[in-house]
Amino acid sequence: MLDLHQYSSLGSALRAALERWPTETCLIEADRERENCRLTYREFRDAAIPLARALQDSGFPPNARAAIIMTNQSKWLISAYAIFFCGGVLVPLDYKLTATEHLQLLAHSKAEVLIVEYHLWRAIVQAKGFSGLKARTVLVTEVPSGAALDGAKRWEEFRGKGEPQFVERKREDWASIVYSSGTGGRPKGCVMTHENYLEQCMALTTLYPFWPGVHYLSILPTNHAIDFMIGFVGSFTCGATVVHLRTLRPEFIREAFRRYHITYMVLVPMVLKSLERGLLQRFDTLSPTNRKLLNALIAVNRALSRNRPHLRLSRLILRGIHQAFGGKLRALFVGGAFTEPATLQFFYDLGIPVANGYGLTEAGTAITLNDFKPFRADTVGKPLPGMEVRIIHPDTDGIGEVIVKSKTVMSHYLDDPDMTAATIVNGWLHTGDLGRLDNMGHLQLFGRKKNMIVTEGGKNIYPEDIENNFEGLPVKEFCVFAANFVWPIRKMTGEQLIIVLRLDGPSELTNELRLELIERNRRLPDFKRVSGCLVWTHDFPRTASMKIKREALAEEIRAVTDRAAMIEL
Amino acid sequence: MSSLQATTEEVLQLAASHFKVPRETLSPEDDFFKKLGIDSLQALDLLTRLENHFHIELPDYELQGVSDFRTLAERIQARL
Repeated sequence: MLDLHQYSSLGSALRAALERWPTETCLIEADRERENCRLTYREFRDAAIPLARALQDSGFPPNARAAIIMTNQSKWLISAYAIFFCGGVLVPLDYKLTATEHLQLLAHSKAEVLIVEYHLWRAIVQAKGFSGLKARTVLVTEVPSGAALDGAKRWEEFRGKGEPQFVERKREDWASIVYSSGTGGRPKGCVMTHENYLEQCMALTTLYPFWPGVHYLSILPTNHAIDFMIGFVGSFTCGATVVHLRTLRPEFIREAFRRYHITYMVLVPMVLKSLERGLLQRFDTLSPTNRKLLNALIAVNRALSRNRPHLRLSRLILRGIHQAFGGKLRALFVGGAFTEPATLQFFYDLGIPVANGYGLTEAGTAITLNDFKPFRADTVGKPLPGMEVRIIHPDTDGIGEVIVKSKTVMSHYLDDPDMTAATIVNGWLHTGDLGRLDNMGHLQLFGRKKNMIVTEGGKNIYPEDIENNFEGLPVKEFCVFAANFVWPIRKMTGEQLIIVLRLDGPSELTNELRLELIERNRRLPDFKRVSGCLVWTHDFPRTASMKIKREALAEEIRAVTDRAAMIEL
Repeated sequence: MSSLQATTEEVLQLAASHFKVPRETLSPEDDFFKKLGIDSLQALDLLTRLENHFHIELPDYELQGVSDFRTLAERIQARL
């Protein structure tokens, strides 16, 4: 891989990678059984340079911000490289947000350029607030012929002639603004520096080396911090190949493993469980004799892999299973949310190591990762090289808040010094997660101190962000909480949201109000819905500026109720 | 070409048979995530079954923001 100490920015490191491995394949874009494109590092450069030139010709200055809203595909990476080449600041937005949310974050980030897929652009154009869009240049990919563009330009035609000027950045300069959440209430735009990314990349590739010939399967969108790091920066600076798959359907994921002989893949717990389900269904079709034989082989593999993985041996012992995964798989990485230890163990016993990790955008993606020395299903691994992890205010079981210090920790929250000061204290990032370090240095997680939930799909949901959806409810006041924030339990799964209602008149929930809550809930995507409600008979404690004192309210509720008080919706 | 109503009915029947619930328990305006208790990947399974039935291809993003049978049927109808 490249020696990243020598580079001061993502732009210069990526530029060196494109020159270092000109004939290696860097990108394959597959859609179901079709292959949309395949690019060498030289071809990738040739696709990005005219875009960089056109951006410069259009007056895109260094340090200006450019947003990308796209699904998982090659043009995402080409566009991002062109932005870094120009010294721009990348704003990767989650394509799964609504168009209104996209507009809010575009405004907050002050993006001057927007690069977006056609179907997402159509939704943005039709959204309320579109007229306030400030981006001067909008580039749209995959526009059907003859379609109206509403002032935008076709990405494919936005090409400049001649060599653009490479703009070098310093390590401490901003590389990106990544929104960890905050669309409805207070946007949390994490400002990441070039140093954050370069340091994280070195730490990850020290533990899990990539090289030319490695095939990394990317199914998470590249706006996802993990995919951005491993499926772009990490793979490219090692000369590896990124295979983008534009569908999450299990049958095509299985096919991609075989067709492209995948070496590594990052996934979220939900997809890992789906792969587990698929394998178990196949095992169920085996005859009793074959099933017994399989169980015996798995037991042998488990015994042999007790201290560390033995990939070659596992591929021999459980040949059929490994062939179904392409025969070259070295590890799956799982993160973004809590993974059940039983699922991790299931794959490890099959000779497919799943590196379980823990991280957050604010920390520059990963904080800890399992190194298989030996495999532990009950922890999220050890701190990555360069990460200092401490537990503060531990209770009698040693469980307290996880805090982190590292060169990978973000610079600050964009335009929010108060939230930055509350989150980064004396150089330590306060994660809001509760954990314990064991005597082997592994981190175990036990829930959250902060008012938020993480879905199995790896989405952070902050209750404040969905309160907008309940505005105008016929109640005196309301507040949304993570149920675990009100009634803490030491668990990282099955997290729920609740809405607390202070009624205006009746002392009990009426059927009419219940139906309205259900109706309002339906307008939210499934992962943002509240699971239950609680009727509260006192006024909410508020600050002088009339903001709800959430911690105080949660404390009041906790003092006199338990979870049983929650009315299911 | 079948009507939206007929397409919606076919979607409901297929969903009922795929997830093994009585057809009469499902109605067009139902939220399929809640009604069937499924996650987004299980919803993709249903989408694959619908594609095979209607002989169309629905990109994953077509399901983005869609959570009720009627809207799903409209997306299918647009491609018939």
